[in-house]
Amino acid sequence: MTTKTVKKKPGKAPSSEPLWDLRLYVAGRTPKSVAAFTNLQKICEEHLAGQYRITVIDLLEQPQLARGDQILAIPTLVRKLPQPIKKIIGDLSNTERVLVGLDLRAVEV
Amino acid sequence: MAGKIGKGGRTTAAALGKCATGIVGLDEITNGGLPRGRPTLVCGGAGCGKTLLAIEFIVRGATQFNEPGVFISFEETSEELVQNVRSLGFDLHDLVRRKKLAMDFVRVERSEIEETGEYDLEGLFVRLNHAIESVGARRVVLDTIEALFSGLSNTAILRAELRRLFRWLKDKGVTAIITGEKGDGTLTRQGIEEYVSDCVIMLDHRIHEQLSTRRLRVVKYRGSTHGTNEYPFIIDAEGFSVLPVTSVGLDHPAGTTRISSGVPRLDTMLGGQGFYRGSSILVSGTAGTGKTSLSASFAQATCQSGAKVLYFGFEESPSQILRNMRAIGINLEPWVKKGLLRFHSSRPTLYGIETHLAVMHKQIEQFQPAVVIVDPITNMIAAGVAQDVRSMLLRLMDYLKGRQITTFMTSLSHAGTPLERSDVAISSLIDTWLLVRDIELGGERNRGIYVLKSRGMAHSNQIREFRISPRGIELLDVYLGPAGVLTGTARLVQEAQEQAAEAASNRELQRQRTEAQAKRKALEAQIAALQAQVVAQDQALEHLAREGRDRTTHEQRERRAMAQSRQADDIGTPRRGANR
Repeated sequence: MTTKTVKKKPGKAPSSEPLWDLRLYVAGRTPKSVAAFTNLQKICEEHLAGQYRITVIDLLEQPQLARGDQILAIPTLVRKLPQPIKKIIGDLSNTERVLVGLDLRAVEV
Repeated sequence: MAGKIGKGGRTTAAALGKCATGIVGLDEITNGGLPRGRPTLVCGGAGCGKTLLAIEFIVRGATQFNEPGVFISFEETSEELVQNVRSLGFDLHDLVRRKKLAMDFVRVERSEIEETGEYDLEGLFVRLNHAIESVGARRVVLDTIEALFSGLSNTAILRAELRRLFRWLKDKGVTAIITGEKGDGTLTRQGIEEYVSDCVIMLDHRIHEQLSTRRLRVVKYRGSTHGTNEYPFIIDAEGFSVLPVTSVGLDHPAGTTRISSGVPRLDTMLGGQGFYRGSSILVSGTAGTGKTSLSASFAQATCQSGAKVLYFGFEESPSQILRNMRAIGINLEPWVKKGLLRFHSSRPTLYGIETHLAVMHKQIEQFQPAVVIVDPITNMIAAGVAQDVRSMLLRLMDYLKGRQITTFMTSLSHAGTPLERSDVAISSLIDTWLLVRDIELGGERNRGIYVLKSRGMAHSNQIREFRISPRGIELLDVYLGPAGVLTGTARLVQEAQEQAAEAASNRELQRQRTEAQAKRKALEAQIAALQAQVVAQDQALEHLAREGRDRTTHEQRERRAMAQSRQADDIGTPRRGANR
């Protein structure tokens, strides 16, 4: 998987700059990585349509980038914007926790 | 001793590759270093020196063995680390610039991390791999990987990943140190020892009687022999150093060369030539008996012969010793300037006995002296329990003897205790034992010295008076008389008395001789007078005889004249002839 910027800008774009800058760190195309990417896209489409940008970084190709965001676990989702930086590790299969992690939903239960 | 272990290390090194750490003493204990290409666990409590050991392993590898290293820290940032070890003379920035070292700080903050489903620690592997490849690392340190447990909650994944990590490190062929915090009843809090099974080193920082001692122990070392004792170690301005002394046995060579004590008469007492080189000498005595003076004298003599002396003072500062010794005519300062004499003074309570010995060991290794002076060794007791002190001194002495270093120790005996009992009970380790004692007599205190024992030489069994003057140390014969041993003024008085008595008897003899001569002269005079009388008598006799003859002649003449006058007959020829 190469580093790629997936910009989702459907029809009505409220602003030119997305409010949500998300980075997904992976290491090769592993089942977990693929699952994480799929899950992330789904969640973003549902909750952040038009306001987000996902950057996928493959550490096998750019290992030096792991340092900057203190990446330890794979896959890791880093919310660069809005501040503060948030990190979510795992395949993002637990949508509730992802939403909590992204501050998209108040903690329930 | 150390050399022997080293030799053994080389033979086992063929069986199991060893990676020399370059840390003083550690390679001796482990017979050559850590297992090459395998992870080693270094565990211990907080502040016991784990990180320092690890970082020195990396730095020495990079600087001494040309093995670049990677330092992954989970607790301190790289910048903090750089600052922390700068005081030890390690310039990490420079090593990074020269591509000898790669540092990475892995921050694990639980509050920032949300766990959602399955994950692994591939990110860590990637970073580690990247660091290793960027410098071609042969050594890796993970300090302290257990921090992961506080940052990530899924311990099942963590444990599996750690197992994979250690396997991966082995496959990479790097020699790794993993540090771990000591747990309650376990070596590490999270039981990492379970995964690192090749070599485990435990560090300990113990406080006994308010004195701290650091100790190191090799808990296990698969596939290699290793020292199993606890070894004291120190962390000082030059880093980590372990004291690898053990009582390995009594196989040190015994030299036959001699070394002067610096006091000619003392040499005479010791079979005429002084101490054996490489022997251990103890001078014991009560306070103020001149133990330090003897030490200084020995130091001076050794320096004069061109050999190096290391002087450990536990009571006085170097400048105090120099000043005091100058007062008794022993000027040590030139030798210090020449680099033949080095002082190392510290308070015994500065740290525990093991640490003292570790410091001493390090100094000896650095300075390579021919003579080591410890003044006084009894102060060591203040730094430990008697049993510990004894065992540590035993180790030290074995080490020194193995190195053929002459050890000169002083021991302070307390007044009232038997002098022959040295406080640290090390008498059996001593080859030559001098006893300096007070002799109280006639209202004064004088010093006497004698050789209590001296292995392998015909030594004097006599007490000498030991006098410290501005010209140095002198040994004098004591007065042995009917009143016992006399020293000091009593000796002088006795000597004066003897001199007086001798003078008196000399005078008496003279007088008698004069008298006899006078008598003889008188007799001679008498003889002369008598002889004069004899001469006079002789003269008188002769006179009488002559007179008699004259008278006869006269009478004859008279008679003849008368006869002539009377016209008497010629008396005839015969008569005339007879008268003639």
